Amino acid sequence: MSYEEKSTWVMGVLAVVTYGIYVAIILSQTADRPLLEVDYVPVLLWTIGASIVASIVIHIFLGAKTGLDIKDPRDRDIYRRGEYIGQSFLVIGALAAMLMAMFEFDTFWIANVIYLAFVLSAILSFIAKSVFYRRGLPTW
Amino acid sequence: MVKPTSVTNSIKALRASHGEMTQADLAGRIGVTRQTLNAIEQGKYSPTLELAFQIARVFEVPLDDVFQYPA
Repeated sequence: MSYEEKSTWVMGVLAVVTYGIYVAIILSQTADRPLLEVDYVPVLLWTIGASIVASIVIHIFLGAKTGLDIKDPRDRDIYRRGEYIGQSFLVIGALAAMLMAMFEFDTFWIANVIYLAFVLSAILSFIAKSVFYRRGLPTW
Repeated sequence: MVKPTSVTNSIKALRASHGEMTQADLAGRIGVTRQTLNAIEQGKYSPTLELAFQIARVFEVPLDDVFQYPA
């Protein structure tokens, strides 16, 4: 497995794990108060920050352990197509957030829909890239 | 899901006829990872035209001897 493919796995797993931690922390605070009264902002910022830091640390570790491969044209093609596919969820998330703002939903829901869209986008990108790495990229 | 390419190649045979050149050796000479060269060899990835010419140049053969397109 090349460095870039490993990197794809790191980003996919981190997206799932950090969002899972975020949801678990938020839900754990609903025992004594309603969901909309949970102070989600610091939890959201901390999990995103932790995800970025973890990504940097793991990539440094990966690079030191397996060596930094060159990012060749296939890696770039896979990255580009994977991101393109994943972005569909960002568009859906942005549209959903816009509609929710128009209908004056609580900011809790708007922020969480956007965050969920980012996570789903990352997961979809990860799946697409993994399939391209394993099964190949289409055609000339 | 992934549309296979109709382009075939003779990279494996050419490597064998050039002193049992390994995938890693050839990959290093054209500046890609061994995994990418393996994907090209198995028809799972269509290389750029420039990469195709680079492979042909390593073996010192015309492009047609490396990549074939069925009539």
